[in-house]
Amino acid sequence: MNDTAFLVLADGTTFRGCPLGARGVAVGEAVFTTTVTGYQEVLTDPSYYGQIVTMTAPEIGNVGVNAQDSEAVDDKPRLAGFVLRDASPVASNWRAEGSLDNYLSRHGVVAITDIDTRKLTRHLRDLGAQNAAIGTESPEQLLRRAREAPNMSGLDLVQSVTPKAPYPWTEGCGVWALSPAKPRRHEIVAIDYGIKRNILRCLVDAGCGVTVVPATSSADEILARRPDGVFLSNGPGDPAAVTYAIETLRGLVGRVPLFGICLGHQLLALALGGKTYKLKFGHRGANQPVKDLSTGRIEITTQNHGFCVDLESLPAGVTSTHVHLNDGTSEGLAASELRAFSVQYHPEAAAGPHDSLYLFDRFTAAMAR
Amino acid sequence: MPRRTDLRKILLIGAGPIVIGQACEFDYSGTQGAKALRDEGYEVVLVNSNPATIMTDPELASRTYIEPLTLRTLEAILERERPDAILPTLGGQTALNLALALERSGILQRLHIEMLGARPESIAKAEDRALFKAAMEKIGLECPRAGVAHNLDEAWTAVRQTGFPAILRPSFTLGGTGGGIAKDDTEFEAKVVWALSQSPTHEVLIEESVIGWKEFELEVIRDRADNFIVVCSIENIDPMGIHTGDSITVAPAMTLTDREYQRLRDAARAIMTEIGVETGGSNVQFAVNPKDGRVYVIEMNPRVSRSSALASKATGYPIAKIAAKLAIGYTLDELRNDITRTSAAFEPVIDYVVVKWPRFAFEKVPGAESTLGTQMKSVGEAMSIGRTFPEALQKAARSLETGRDGLVSLIGQVDYALLAGPKKSRDLLMEPPEPEPPKSFSLPDPSEIRKALEKLVGIGSPDRLFYVADALRVGMSEEELYERTGIDPWFLAQLQRIVAAEGPLKKGEVGSTQLRSYKRLGFSDRQIANLAGGCEDDIRALRKREGIVPTFARVDTCAAEFPAHTPYLYSTYETESESGARTGRRKVVILGGGPNRIGQGIEFDYCCVHAVQALRELGFETVMVNCNPETVSTDYDTSDRLYFEPLTLEDVLAILDEEKPEGVVVQFGGQTPLKLAVPLEERGVHLLGTSADAIDRAEDRERFDELLVKLALKRPRSGIARGAAEAFAIAERIGYPVLVRPSYVLGGRAMMIAYSPEELQAYIHLAVEAAREAGTQTILVDEFLRDAIEVDVDCVSDGRRVVIGGVMQHIEEAGVHSGDSSSVLPPHSLSPEIVLSIEEQSRMLALELGVVGLMNVQFAVKGSDIYILEVNPRASRTVPFVSKATGRPLAKIAAKLMVGETLDSLGIQDAPVPRHVSVKESVFPFAKFPGVDTMLGPEMRSTGEVMGIAETFARAFAKAMSASGLEIEPLVREAKAQHRVFLSVRDQDKPAIVHIAKRLWALGFQLVATRGTAAALTRARLPAEVINKVNEGAPHVVEAIRRGDIALVVNTTIGAREVRDSYSLRRATLLQAIPYFTTIAAALAACDALEATRDDQSERVRTLQEWAPSGTPHTR
Repeated sequence: MNDTAFLVLADGTTFRGCPLGARGVAVGEAVFTTTVTGYQEVLTDPSYYGQIVTMTAPEIGNVGVNAQDSEAVDDKPRLAGFVLRDASPVASNWRAEGSLDNYLSRHGVVAITDIDTRKLTRHLRDLGAQNAAIGTESPEQLLRRAREAPNMSGLDLVQSVTPKAPYPWTEGCGVWALSPAKPRRHEIVAIDYGIKRNILRCLVDAGCGVTVVPATSSADEILARRPDGVFLSNGPGDPAAVTYAIETLRGLVGRVPLFGICLGHQLLALALGGKTYKLKFGHRGANQPVKDLSTGRIEITTQNHGFCVDLESLPAGVTSTHVHLNDGTSEGLAASELRAFSVQYHPEAAAGPHDSLYLFDRFTAAMAR
Repeated sequence: MPRRTDLRKILLIGAGPIVIGQACEFDYSGTQGAKALRDEGYEVVLVNSNPATIMTDPELASRTYIEPLTLRTLEAILERERPDAILPTLGGQTALNLALALERSGILQRLHIEMLGARPESIAKAEDRALFKAAMEKIGLECPRAGVAHNLDEAWTAVRQTGFPAILRPSFTLGGTGGGIAKDDTEFEAKVVWALSQSPTHEVLIEESVIGWKEFELEVIRDRADNFIVVCSIENIDPMGIHTGDSITVAPAMTLTDREYQRLRDAARAIMTEIGVETGGSNVQFAVNPKDGRVYVIEMNPRVSRSSALASKATGYPIAKIAAKLAIGYTLDELRNDITRTSAAFEPVIDYVVVKWPRFAFEKVPGAESTLGTQMKSVGEAMSIGRTFPEALQKAARSLETGRDGLVSLIGQVDYALLAGPKKSRDLLMEPPEPEPPKSFSLPDPSEIRKALEKLVGIGSPDRLFYVADALRVGMSEEELYERTGIDPWFLAQLQRIVAAEGPLKKGEVGSTQLRSYKRLGFSDRQIANLAGGCEDDIRALRKREGIVPTFARVDTCAAEFPAHTPYLYSTYETESESGARTGRRKVVILGGGPNRIGQGIEFDYCCVHAVQALRELGFETVMVNCNPETVSTDYDTSDRLYFEPLTLEDVLAILDEEKPEGVVVQFGGQTPLKLAVPLEERGVHLLGTSADAIDRAEDRERFDELLVKLALKRPRSGIARGAAEAFAIAERIGYPVLVRPSYVLGGRAMMIAYSPEELQAYIHLAVEAAREAGTQTILVDEFLRDAIEVDVDCVSDGRRVVIGGVMQHIEEAGVHSGDSSSVLPPHSLSPEIVLSIEEQSRMLALELGVVGLMNVQFAVKGSDIYILEVNPRASRTVPFVSKATGRPLAKIAAKLMVGETLDSLGIQDAPVPRHVSVKESVFPFAKFPGVDTMLGPEMRSTGEVMGIAETFARAFAKAMSASGLEIEPLVREAKAQHRVFLSVRDQDKPAIVHIAKRLWALGFQLVATRGTAAALTRARLPAEVINKVNEGAPHVVEAIRRGDIALVVNTTIGAREVRDSYSLRRATLLQAIPYFTTIAAALAACDALEATRDDQSERVRTLQEWAPSGTPHTR
């Protein structure tokens, strides 16, 4: 821990810290999340693929890691690197199975601690998300790597995280469920663009039998399974670059009830004829206020996205259902006649509040109609 | 849903006097609430009995009542004002209970007044233990097993379910008053009786103990549209078993996975919905089993609380302000977050760690049991902010001002062997406390220390975390400490980081990299100097040479996601500073008072806030420094810039380096900033107003004597002793009784009156120790002026002219600390000549000292002689009272004088003496400390004050008594019930008691007296029933009191022995809440009050604006 590591942004800003986890170099888009709890969920959320994620909460690793709280179906962290202020010397929790440091090493995640994460966050907030490199190399080398890395816009990262073959999913939230699981009444297909485990669990608890399929599946392949509905998952990267997925969705829209989350929301919007764009530094955290335009109620939501649906671009027949209370950006849409709806945020939370679990029931209700 | 237009006038109920469990956080919340309502265009009517509050400033509300918070008075105010609604959720438990009483008595319904913020059913459901438990079961949440009891039989039934140890929680009390832990059946009954007696509904919950479980709190808000947010999570370092007000707490929660945290959030949301809190802030407490994560709901408060104040300061999210706006119809999404100008409907996130550390005052209440439990005993708290837990923890430790520079070792500082030795539990004993034995000890060997620590770390106590750190220092493992303390291993590992850093420090390793790492762990320069050698200034110089200086980060509610528009700052050791201090405006730094303690409380925060307001009026940029989260001064919009920092020399100098102000104000925050006056001036800091030299001239006894000689002013004969032996010699020379006290201490700490050498012998070591703690050996021995009348004067001076703010006569005779004595303005029994002379002497003193700003003088009047007891060239505790009584904002005037205005330029002339009479009465924490003697003396022990205003002294006194919790009015109204009054006085008071007895007899009281007093009464042909003193055997007076046969007590004593003999008498009156007078003067005042009440029973209330039409006519 006594050696030095650096984080260097593509604009040359350099932070000095200490290496943590795997030694080596990591390159990716530097982003920050303001969630206070749930660093393990952040680490294992496949949507962070290709990103160097900064935790703004300073004390990280306190509760160690455990298998249950992993959001990756295969428990593999997908983010490029991890940045924190103060790493815990112990793992203290009744469910802890190991320490954060060991976990990062075991999975080859390069991390850096002891850096001024507040300055980094302010920098990213003011100048926008940008590429960065972390590691024990010299700042000059790291700067070169950061500058050589490709821009996130136009990158299809889904291919890197989607499974090779379909698989069934049957596990629910178990003892952690907010309300009792409903009996299995619908058979659905979930398209995995980098799906979080808790989405699958919530679908099961809502009464769905779930078959997970790769992002590259065609509409015909999916419809051949005769699903009651199709779920579109979250995932990393620029939605506009995932053209095959948009194509598949065009074949599904109107033929079967659809429910999308995050990247799934963006892909649905694109399939319906809308547009997406990149936000300056995105929404990442577990405290993001969203207004449900139909009820006027506020949900405190978990979010993790750098791209966003252009509200102006929504075609006729598609309504905006939810907006972000701070910047008014798109948080949900519905194409009622086509039995399709989606949200930009994460109703499955993990990590985050459970204010929006009702959306899973809305999906089953759509299928029951 | 926008603000309601069907409401025009809203009455806000305050929390009354500062007591343990209910401190100035409710001035903070009430002030925020009143401002919010006013800004929304409502007519705000405010009622509070506590004059030392910003909320009762006449400018804040349209109509302000400083009146007793009793049902009768509230009814009179409601009749007079006819508001559309009352808002009781910002005034603590007091306001909530009062609102519930108003509802139950049908007054609200009769006058068509709506209750805002919480519905009565919701309050009952949350506060009534049985209803709450049922509600939790209904929504599938677990509570500890428990039973409700209204008497001993029910209590025994309940405890059979819960087993021992059992937790006792009286209903509807604040700060867990009357609560406790019964370890076994031997102490069960006594504790149940005490608990029942403290509950206004005579109800106690007997609960399964979950001692050792982790304890969490969520501060939450819900609006009428069912929007719900968590403002802050708080984790107690001390596990369950210690009242959260007495626990060291951390925000945000540190040891929960997201799943566990969301489980608490889900539960809190379900609880808010079930209880039905629709418009406001609440607090929910949970216990979590560290072994399996099982969650118990402990309790919820359907109102803004102490924790909400903490959460507001910890996150920057103004809970009280938002709650007030929700109460008048808004929903969260319609409100804005002032700091980021984004929506208020979000959950704050923070990128730092907050530690709250309670401040205790056990040294003020000898005999009090210092073991911590479910009843709150702390009198204040400090909060600190750091980027990491160790940094925040060490900053909190030094914010407490207990002489500790961080998480320092106590080995060699305290006698561990003695601390761990057998101790008699004093709770509920009816014996007087023994004088403490002298503290002298030799350093035991490490194995003995370890043995002592093994025991001490397992017991909740004010210094427990220091003990835990010392246990680590002597080699106890983190695992063993976890077993013994139940403190989460994460916290223990963090303590270990601090302790481990001491190793290289002791070896003198202070290279640049290391120094930086120590600072990042929160080590203060003094701490580093003490470990590594050198002095604080050396370390600071070294640091500065190496460029290791603090940076200042903003508290922004959002972890930097959005720019913060309010400069609310804390120091840390990072790489960029966000202070934005270079504003180019004329700038003044005001140093606050730090954590509340006995002797230094809300009065000083009041003065600081006024100073800020006045300087802002003059166009200055104001910079506030304070570390007390309960205060108005630390609200982010009170000053232009706020530093939430410890008030140590190091931390203050760092802020001054950053801010570079024109000057610093040390006069308003009490002893805390005053102590910094000389060190700051020595380091080139410009102090505004009275010079440090003048302060020293008033504080240093020898220089002060010279001053008095020069002015030919009188003071009691006295001497300055260095050590105990000299003290005896001086006492012999001037003759007993003598008043003995250490120099340079506030609040009469370790002050005593000794009537004989034996008494002096028994107590002198306390003075020696207190002096040593204050860094001196000097003990002052003064002639004690028996039966003198004490007088307090507050005045302001610009150095050329002096204006008297007010002259207050103490009601009790000399010998009772001025902070504890009740007092009256204007003086009710001093001749005009005496008052004039007192005013003249005050002027002479102020001019001679060169006071610029405030000065307080204490006089004693004996016959026609006037003696000067003390001069304090600074804001005093009585400034708010005087300002309220006269309508003249003394602190504001003083602040303006300090920046160069003059009394002439401000147009301040001597004010006419007010026509109305104001009485200040003190409020004591005795109910919290069952083992403590309630006898008043020269050491201050009151925590708060109330004020009564009326046309006559008698009625003002009656109001003040009633406001302090002793309602005498029912004694008069129900005189037909033949109340009995108990009289027992020392010989010298026999003539006076006859006069008092006659008046009481005429009022319809039956007289009961001890033998000697009864004889005096009989000689005066008054029928008096004789009753035994306790030491004369049963049936005695204490039994009669316990039976409820006595309605009022007058008991004067002389000397330590008599005081001890009458101890159980005082305890019994306290238990029964019977009016009790220990001085003839107070008894006479009570007679006046009783007679006035008899003659006119109508409840007359009037606003402050009517009593003392004021404002600041002189402004600009």
